[in-house]
Amino acid sequence: MSSPAWFERLRAHTVDDAWRTYDAVQAGPEGLNAFLAVDRSARGADTGRLAGIPVAVKDNLATLGLPTTCASRVLAGYMSPFEATAVRRLREAGAAVIGKTNMDEFAMGSSNENSAFGPVRNPLDRERVPGGSSGGSAAAVASGVVRIALGSETGGSVRQPASFCGIVGIKPTYGRVSRYGLVAYASSLDNVGVFGASVAEAALGLEIIAGHDRFDATSAAVTVPDLTVATTVSTEARPLAGLVVGRPVEYFPASLDARIAEQCERALQLLRDLGAEVRDVSLPSTELAIPVYYIIAPAEASSNLARYDGVRFGVRAAADDLGSMYERTRSGGFGDEVTRRILLGTYVLSAGYYDAYYRRAQAVRTLITQEFAQVFASGVHVLFTPTAPTTAFRLGEVSDPYEMYLSDIFTVTANLAGVPAMSQPIGTVDGLPVGGQLMAPHFGEATMLRVAAALEHAQRAGGMS
Amino acid sequence: MSVTPDDVRHVARLARVGLTEARIPSLVSELNGILAHMDVLQQVDISGVAEDAAAAAAPLRDDALPSDALQRARETFAPASRDGFFLVPRLATHGALGASASEEA
Amino acid sequence: MSSETITNGWELVIGLEVHCQLKTRSKIFCGCATSFGDAPNANTCPVCLGLPGALPVLNAHAVELATRASIALGCTVHETSIFARKNYFYPDLPKGYQISQFDRPLATAGAIVVGVQPDGTPRVIRVHRVHMEEDAGKSVHDRFADMSAIDLNRAGTPLVEIVSEPDIRSAAEAGAYARRMKQILEYADVSDANMEEGSLRVDVNISVRRHGDAALGTKTEIKNLNSFSAIERAVEIEYARQCRVLTEGGVVEQQTMLYDDKRNEVRPARSKEGSHDYRYFPDPDLPPLRLPSAFIKHQADALPELPPARRSRFAAQYGLPENDVEQLLATRELADRFEAVASASGDAKRAANWMLGTVLASVNASGLALSAHPVSVDRLAALIKLEVAGDVSNTAARQLFAMLEQQDGEPLEVARAAGLLQVRDDGALVGWIDEVLAENPAEAARFLGGEKKLQGVLVGLVMKKSKGAADPKKVNQLLAARAG
Repeated sequence: MSSPAWFERLRAHTVDDAWRTYDAVQAGPEGLNAFLAVDRSARGADTGRLAGIPVAVKDNLATLGLPTTCASRVLAGYMSPFEATAVRRLREAGAAVIGKTNMDEFAMGSSNENSAFGPVRNPLDRERVPGGSSGGSAAAVASGVVRIALGSETGGSVRQPASFCGIVGIKPTYGRVSRYGLVAYASSLDNVGVFGASVAEAALGLEIIAGHDRFDATSAAVTVPDLTVATTVSTEARPLAGLVVGRPVEYFPASLDARIAEQCERALQLLRDLGAEVRDVSLPSTELAIPVYYIIAPAEASSNLARYDGVRFGVRAAADDLGSMYERTRSGGFGDEVTRRILLGTYVLSAGYYDAYYRRAQAVRTLITQEFAQVFASGVHVLFTPTAPTTAFRLGEVSDPYEMYLSDIFTVTANLAGVPAMSQPIGTVDGLPVGGQLMAPHFGEATMLRVAAALEHAQRAGGMS
Repeated sequence: MSVTPDDVRHVARLARVGLTEARIPSLVSELNGILAHMDVLQQVDISGVAEDAAAAAAPLRDDALPSDALQRARETFAPASRDGFFLVPRLATHGALGASASEEA
Repeated sequence: MSSETITNGWELVIGLEVHCQLKTRSKIFCGCATSFGDAPNANTCPVCLGLPGALPVLNAHAVELATRASIALGCTVHETSIFARKNYFYPDLPKGYQISQFDRPLATAGAIVVGVQPDGTPRVIRVHRVHMEEDAGKSVHDRFADMSAIDLNRAGTPLVEIVSEPDIRSAAEAGAYARRMKQILEYADVSDANMEEGSLRVDVNISVRRHGDAALGTKTEIKNLNSFSAIERAVEIEYARQCRVLTEGGVVEQQTMLYDDKRNEVRPARSKEGSHDYRYFPDPDLPPLRLPSAFIKHQADALPELPPARRSRFAAQYGLPENDVEQLLATRELADRFEAVASASGDAKRAANWMLGTVLASVNASGLALSAHPVSVDRLAALIKLEVAGDVSNTAARQLFAMLEQQDGEPLEVARAAGLLQVRDDGALVGWIDEVLAENPAEAARFLGGEKKLQGVLVGLVMKKSKGAADPKKVNQLLAARAG
């Protein structure tokens, strides 16, 4: 049996091709600024499923041989003495890790404008953001430097940039991929995610990095199904017959941009044409997701970022006493958004506020999770929604913090509930990509990818996107 | 719940983030703006939610060496070290009594 | 047991917080060694260094030992408990938080007996809770000028924190509680529980109130106590201070104090603004600890015999006085060794006397551990048997013991070679008696004539002639028979 076409395209994109594209897009004032560090000597191995294939890794995943800065001054130049499990597994599969990608500082942001090392530009329109926080990895794939890249997700930081850049982005089930070596932002929400130039390529990347890891106590002891097989599109006329796709009404509010809604409805029609039944469902607690997320995530972040104190690693500010060293290191090292979230998180955990904010938010989170479970138990196999409420906005266009948070309105629910979710291009509005989101039950990646592959195939066949 | 400038100073102190006075007013309004959106959660009926909802249990590892080895020497990433120790400036108010069990004293 | 301390109507109220290092091979959340005395930071890894991206994974044996400790302290062990982050900044706390347990601890509601009340009922101090947590590293402040040196070898060592109810009412009682606690933890084989080495650390929470009041006064916390007697001294000092403050109409401030052993002073530690806000929340990196009831029962079954049970058994089985029993129970090693000697020699009373007297004195003088003492259980038991049989006199036995400390060999052989065996053979004894009587005709005549009080002198002369080898009892018998 010959290799599928997507794999041939993947294999054909060599490390040299990657560097050629990199040189074309990275540098200069209009350069994408997608990479923070590169390793021109990276060649990968001769054997393995990703043998010699160039990949990029978000700069909040610990790597040996390249710095891990999380796009923060406080970690400028930091060389990690250990490597993230996800990166190690890519290397063991033979991949060539060619560089670390730019991101919002400590993964806090939705536009990649919060990097201490300059924003990332969207390859499709350099005046616009690529999305965040994994903007660099998304730009690296969208610009063609690599076809597979690792990112991370806490509230949508892979799916939303995938949507803004017109590529595929997967957030696995929480616990599917080890977090060992992923620099923590919000531990109960963080995931390593995968970008791909196509559904199959993203699926391959996920399959390689997924699986139980004894170094992560939240890692799930669940077998990883064959995800690339799942993405092999059947030749039947109606490959999705018997599948029920839920359309949660809360994700299609009246206020949703009509043109984005239109792209989604077209995609849903395609799914019907492929044999699926589309059924309206309700997830009533959706409107609570952003407040819940912006209590839980900053709270956990305020604790996770306490270790950046200049004592054992990273940058240290000059000071004569310990207290000053802490304060100068951290105030000099953290950007505005990180500072804001640390303060917010410290506040909601502090004495007198813990019950009203953090405990309550976790309880509402459980309600959100239960709603997903109920919908999936009612006979729905996957959910389909828009990924983001807008297309890529202009650099500097969104300045209000809370307005920026609303960019995650359709994505945070999957992080809160821990369900797998992904975005794939389903159309354009004014030439800018629109992403459609699929969500599945816990550990339902195989079904989700099957639907995604069928949709992608049908779109390409129909000359769409 | 309204955040005051003193709240921000207090919280900044707890988090050791060293804010200048000039930043306080904007942070007060930003935090209040964000927290105002959280008020909707107060209306939610959470009485039926069990705290121990998740089924997960902490996995236990064998009491065995080794740990995940460092691939680079400490000296390569430590900001200041000598004789194997990490060095830090003295606590401003620290005296001679070396009780080390971290008393955040 | 000393009763409550009430001076001028001020009642002393004490609670103790004990931190005990569990004797696991590796740390609580990573596979680094817990061994003591290695080069600074030699036993560290990304996890216990708190490097970006590192994650904790719980040590099964630490859970077993913590569970056993809880059961040994009479606590209820909870099937579900939750790890929580205690957030604060200190250079020996790598993550900027300590993984501990907060509102869902491992165990609650235990108690230990620290003595007997005047009315004969047991004096019980309740244990409020036991929880698991990780130890912090060490800061050394006097090695480099103007800098503190941080060693994280200790960071991540598994601890149990044991918090008592504020039931303790005197300095002596505080010392007794700490000693009993150590004993229990040592017997349960969960820890070395050694204050001097740091595997057992004790903090005292102390307050006073008007005798009769139900409410507690403001408490201060005393740290840096390195011995049981330091606990008692520090309590006395701080109690006196609080009484003075209150009597003068002042207010006791809540603060942390440090005990200075050299100067025997209790001084405030760095004062910060009020109490700390640790912002506890459940650690999202660790799912809840779930212990099936079968596991808990298995840990209870695996517990070695604890002091209370052993105490009763010693009294019943060996018929030893209470004081001796207490002394023998001081450490598990001593108790075990005593029992072995008692069993092998068949004479518990003599075994007790030997252990508590000569053996302990020798161990203390030499600085050797009991287990390293050159006179083994078997040799001591054999020596005791010789004593019981009358083959050596008490004096000779002590000489023999000293010889056994210096040389190998079975006690019987060593005694024989050194001429320490008592001679009880009538023939030999009669021979010596005859010689003494012949050499001391005047005394002999008076004795044989009826002056019984000369018997002692004559026995002494026989002993001298035999160079101590004669069995004095038999000599006495023979001489007495001679007198008629």
